[in-house]
Amino acid sequence: MTADMWISLFAGIVGGALRVGVPFLFVSLGECLTEKSGRINLGLEGVLVLSAMAAFGGAYISDSPWVGVLVGALAGGALAALHGALCSLPRVNDVATGIALMLLGTGLAFYLGKPLIQPQAPQIPAIALGGWSDSSALQSALQINALLPIGLLLAALLWWGFNRTRYGLLVRMAGDSANAARALGYSVNGIRMAATAGGGMIAGLGGASLSLFYPGSWNEGISSGQGLIAVALVIFARWSPLRCIGAAALFGGAGAIGPALQSVGVSWGYHLFNTVPYVLTLVILVLTCKPGKVAVGSPGELSSTR
Amino acid sequence: MRDTINDIALPVFAIAAALLIFGGVVALAGVSPVEVWVLLFKGAFGDWFSWQNTLQRAAPLMLTALCVAIPARAGLVIIGGEGALVLGGLACAALPYLMPLPETVFGTTLVCLAGALAGALWIALAGWLRQYRGINETISSLLLAYIAIGLFKHLVEGVLRDPASLNKPSTNALPEGMRIGGIGGSDVHWGFVLGMVACIALGLWMRWTASGFSVRVVGGNPRTAQLVGLPASKLILLACALGGACAGLAGAVEIAAVHTSANASIIAAYGYAGILVSFIARHHPLAIIPVAILFGGFGAAGSLLQRRLGLPDASVLVLQGIAFVLILASEALRDVDWTALKAKLSRAAESANTSDIVKDKPA
Repeated sequence: MTADMWISLFAGIVGGALRVGVPFLFVSLGECLTEKSGRINLGLEGVLVLSAMAAFGGAYISDSPWVGVLVGALAGGALAALHGALCSLPRVNDVATGIALMLLGTGLAFYLGKPLIQPQAPQIPAIALGGWSDSSALQSALQINALLPIGLLLAALLWWGFNRTRYGLLVRMAGDSANAARALGYSVNGIRMAATAGGGMIAGLGGASLSLFYPGSWNEGISSGQGLIAVALVIFARWSPLRCIGAAALFGGAGAIGPALQSVGVSWGYHLFNTVPYVLTLVILVLTCKPGKVAVGSPGELSSTR
Repeated sequence: MRDTINDIALPVFAIAAALLIFGGVVALAGVSPVEVWVLLFKGAFGDWFSWQNTLQRAAPLMLTALCVAIPARAGLVIIGGEGALVLGGLACAALPYLMPLPETVFGTTLVCLAGALAGALWIALAGWLRQYRGINETISSLLLAYIAIGLFKHLVEGVLRDPASLNKPSTNALPEGMRIGGIGGSDVHWGFVLGMVACIALGLWMRWTASGFSVRVVGGNPRTAQLVGLPASKLILLACALGGACAGLAGAVEIAAVHTSANASIIAAYGYAGILVSFIARHHPLAIIPVAILFGGFGAAGSLLQRRLGLPDASVLVLQGIAFVLILASEALRDVDWTALKAKLSRAAESANTSDIVKDKPA
């Protein structure tokens, strides 16, 4: 391989990490908030697809990408609120409910989004950071999503909130010991519902980034399981919003290896390289989990890590 | 007795409510709900043609539902049946590359066994990761499903590809003699019988054998299992392998009976629909049979809804999603004491009546 090819391969992976990493960042932050309150939301995949459709529809009808982003966040929040409400019922299991909402969310998105497959919607503006470089590959790789700074800000805000505010402490208390929260007279279900709905709104921003930035259109194969990987990402980030940033970048980059190799003419193993994020997650789980022990840093009430 | 009534009444109630809500959804799209219900029934069970379509779809559903149900009885939530199905199909199509096979029923049996073995190993891996590495099986089985699909595409578009398949990469087609045919000249293939036999056999195994009972103890009360010294890890691996074998068999049957060669059309979300079927059947192997036929019917009616009423093909997915949500929510009704509630309501109604009388008196 020549130096140019190495540069474009590198640019492809970095660009992929920046592009594909953004939805990963939002869904992992959303899942982090949900899990901190002691509940797992496997339905974020449904939230992501539904909000991608809603954001695209909102932007198409209003002709403004930011209205689309708002609509996406609201749609995501609504579906997640349904998850929160269902899990508040007695005897209802949160893992199974998540699977059900995954089915319902994708079904609703495909059903309502049928007329949106053809048209074009206004896109979220890109911020060009590559002006200093002469390489066109690097320049196009550094066209970053305007939602990325918002995501970074949100991660910092969540970290600050969990550590320094009363509400953050309440969410963590509901997640670590429901009995303690009850003893202090707080409604555990209420806190968890609020956290789940909030997490859904954050994940909805990830959906908006999918349909309004990259790949930038609405179709039925828009999400390749990013919402599900979020669960693993949060375990990898050990339930810290700040570490979610690194995890999202790593997973975005890993997912970009296949397309980047293809762009320099190596097409062997395209599908194998696409499975790298999943293999990576599994390897990380093998390295971090121990039988009979709770994962480090996990909320005490979480059913999936017991 | 009350439990049995609840087990049957709650899902029936939930599915009826789901159909009602689905009617509301299509009414918003300006389509008459009554017409949709009639078409759903006609498309699923209206005539012999729809019955054939329904039963053909029910065959893989029964097997993938078992992949959820058997581990669920051992206390595991496995949702990666799709991966086992895809790998089962791959193993079935790949075996003729590895060795010469007789083009008879014996050859068919061998490719089906290869599929079952591949599926069994894949899901057992998820069980192993849980028991010996402490990894949540729901997440790992899902990740394994994505890896399986990547592996499938890599091999089908690579070394196993039939050079003649240009637009749609496929493996070499199975020889005529090794395919699974229809029952009595119909479109319903023997895979349906295979699915029923698997459901019945595993149902009997759970109910009447010592090992089946041990699996239920491990799932129902892990502490008791530990106390009486049951080999929990081995039993869990067994349950996972049995479930995975069913899903792998589903993939092999889909290849041998429907697609004839392994290609992307085998990835049709049967694995995910199986989760729904198993939850509605309350993870009971025998109950899976009617539920799989019902949902096979909904799937068969989907294309009719699309053609006749112009509804999107995802309508059935919406119906399934609503049904799943309501099935889970209906669990909350299980603890309701209906007689007490009824007495309370009638007392409330009575006191309302008496207060009416009191109010009437001064007038």
